[in-house]
Amino acid sequence: MTVATIPAPAFAIETYRLDNGLRVVLAPDPGAPVVGVAVVYDVGMRSEPEGRTGFAHLFEHMMFQGSHNVGKAEHMRHVQSAGGTFNGSTHIDYTDYFNLLPSNGLELALFLESDRMRGPAITEENLENQVSVVKEEIRVNVLNRPYGGFPWLKLPPVMFDTFPNAHDGYGSFGDLEAATVADAQAFFDAFYPASNAVLSVAGDFQLDTARELVQRHFGDVESRPAPVLPSFNEPDLDGERRESYADERATLPAVAMAWRTPDPVTEMDEFLPYVVLGELLTDGDASRLVERLVHQDRTATAVAAHATFMAEPFASRGPTALLIQAFLPPATDVDGLLATVDAELARVAEGVDEAELDRVKARVAAQLLRGDDSVMGRSRRLATAEIFHGDARVATRFAALLGEVTAESVAGAAASMTPQRRAILEVVPGGEQ
Amino acid sequence: MSDPITKTVPGLAPEVPLSLPTPIRQSLPNGLQVNLVRRPGVPLAEIRLSIPAAHADLAAADLLASALFSGTENASMTEIAQRLQTVGGALGAGSDPDRIAVSGNSLATGLPELLGILGELLTAADYPDGPLEVERSRMIDSLSVAEQQPDFLVSRALDARLWGDHPYGHQQPGADEVAAVTRQAVQALHASRIHPAGARLVIVGDIDPDAAWAAVEKYLSAWNGAGEPRTMESLPDLRPGPIVLVDRPDSVQSALRVAYPAIDRSHPDNAAQHLANLIYGGYFTSRLVMNLRESKGYGYSPRSHVDHNPAGSFQLTAVDVATEVTAPALAELYAELRGMADNPPSQDELDLARRYALGSIKLATATQSGVANYISALAAAGLPLSWLAEHSERLRSVTPEDIKRVAGERMSPERAVTVILGDGAEIRDSLAEVGAIEAR
Repeated sequence: MTVATIPAPAFAIETYRLDNGLRVVLAPDPGAPVVGVAVVYDVGMRSEPEGRTGFAHLFEHMMFQGSHNVGKAEHMRHVQSAGGTFNGSTHIDYTDYFNLLPSNGLELALFLESDRMRGPAITEENLENQVSVVKEEIRVNVLNRPYGGFPWLKLPPVMFDTFPNAHDGYGSFGDLEAATVADAQAFFDAFYPASNAVLSVAGDFQLDTARELVQRHFGDVESRPAPVLPSFNEPDLDGERRESYADERATLPAVAMAWRTPDPVTEMDEFLPYVVLGELLTDGDASRLVERLVHQDRTATAVAAHATFMAEPFASRGPTALLIQAFLPPATDVDGLLATVDAELARVAEGVDEAELDRVKARVAAQLLRGDDSVMGRSRRLATAEIFHGDARVATRFAALLGEVTAESVAGAAASMTPQRRAILEVVPGGEQ
Repeated sequence: MSDPITKTVPGLAPEVPLSLPTPIRQSLPNGLQVNLVRRPGVPLAEIRLSIPAAHADLAAADLLASALFSGTENASMTEIAQRLQTVGGALGAGSDPDRIAVSGNSLATGLPELLGILGELLTAADYPDGPLEVERSRMIDSLSVAEQQPDFLVSRALDARLWGDHPYGHQQPGADEVAAVTRQAVQALHASRIHPAGARLVIVGDIDPDAAWAAVEKYLSAWNGAGEPRTMESLPDLRPGPIVLVDRPDSVQSALRVAYPAIDRSHPDNAAQHLANLIYGGYFTSRLVMNLRESKGYGYSPRSHVDHNPAGSFQLTAVDVATEVTAPALAELYAELRGMADNPPSQDELDLARRYALGSIKLATATQSGVANYISALAAAGLPLSWLAEHSERLRSVTPEDIKRVAGERMSPERAVTVILGDGAEIRDSLAEVGAIEAR
């Protein structure tokens, strides 16, 4: 398949800005009678203050605890009463709130999002309750299971030195318990002005109706200046870093390797080859590392590579990394696997076949399109494209941009992934073998 | 915070009717039933294939599903994977007690190639020794990890407790069973079960149904053969009894699972049961979530759902809670279950759940993959997609009295089976105050 045949999604996109600075993305598509409404705030785990690990996520929970015109648990009640669903998610560089409703619920969703954009109702009681809920979430996802937080929470402290990049974004129980109502208010004041957010609507609606409703509900949200985003950059590694930890519930050795990549936003052209390289290495049975490690050498039982820690190359800033993680059969030698990965990277660095590259690009395009199947996914992707790339329309061009990545640049990306620049984290199984 | 602005919550615009596509249903002479749906949107195609497999050996079926893509007489695993990738495609397979299922997707233009590869695998999968051993090792390795996961462990214990010797009682093979499967057994299973008779294929996407049907005829007509049809016996009735406590030392949470009876989709009370489950624990605004999560902070994700299977239906409440609140959480869960009949919902509480149920059907059928999944799931119960429209109408007429009645018939701790996995030393004594315990 050639680049020219990679299809792009076919829906119109309108973007504009309200007087208070809120950026608006409207993407009408009458395909099904549903509408996706997403609000993305340009604040993530990297921005939480020292001593308050996990605060961005805890604050996301607090945004569901009511606002001036919406009581506790009423946000959920209103959305569900309209036949819709909702959620929020906290990421390294952003936080999003999203709703999917039958299309007659559009105004309701806009009202609810605008009400909490003016400020959530934060009380001692709600905060205490949500600290408990978040602790249970961490127990489910990290503490009570094998490989919890591996590698996305465990690798950054090996690779980075500064608090924003290195700390545990789920948070320590001590920090979570220490959180106060005043902290929450300060966090809201600093990071949740309308000018630091994007509202995105996708699905079955009329443009003029949506414009009017957006103005009606968000037009009078207070205008406040957006925070200045600091640089989180820190120097690349000048020597290999390697750590390991024992996981009592793990049964297989596991290892994650990471190399710094160019900045996904400010150096996008240089970054994209790493995204393609990740797919070329581990997407499907025909990929380089799956074929070699899993099927030929049998030194891995599973291997996966992805650009950025939460595998969202188009919704991340720098500094970030390309990660390769592998689970090994019991008692398999990790150093041997690392040497084979080096050899395979060296082989890619020697050159990539165009036919292989085209196959990988076709699969990447299909996966990106699949993310647009749901208008909820679409509204979220358009919003993060507006946040990170300054234009929601870029979201419809990701596949084409990846299609323009050359074999030479992919080889160059692989050549940059030397042992001296990598961070390695090993999981030593302590569970029943 | 800016000065608060007092506003009234806006109402909803007029309801948009449910609009379901009408699948084109056709059958090949070999017996394969095909549902085709053109759903414009993204230029992709989704496929779902379900092949009956009642009473197939569990471990052999799992290994067959894992190794289905490992090569044919004419193509290596790598060649197959490359051809899939070329059309932006991917295929995966899995098995459960009722069926072996293959699902996949590709760029819409690649659908003929996707079906071509599928046809080759169905007629000529060879399960070569090398790749088969790789898949076996991977299954055993991932089982060792799964067996450290609370959800996997408690599901296994619950299945055994609920269904005993029925095939549903043992749905996850052990490593020893996987290790014992021979290549001949996998090939024999393929020969005896991977047949078009009774199988269903669903294709949904931005496709031309005529062209898609032509591709189905071209690539799947040669698939043939017939084995002895086997049917799955109905699930036995639930046998209530003491709480089953599964010890997982040092567990920082307890996994609570409470199963209770349900009726199937074709029963006249199904719509009422659907709404009763929602009100109790089936959505965020339910009594269970409001109590256990938003009031008490006991657990992150309390939930209840109705599990409809070809062999029968049941309802299941699940929540993982901190070890120290295990007993109070179970007591609250029981109280909410009992409360459905003792304290039936008001008209408002019912209407809220009803609107959610009606909306959920619209949301779930708004995507290509959602339509494909729904057609496939309903077909397993012998129902067409249009059943959703009929069910929606029945949801509209359910009354609070209906909820009280169906709750009184099935929703009570006395009719339930409770399995709890957690740190036995920490939770046994306090649990004994909630109910009698049987340790496993």
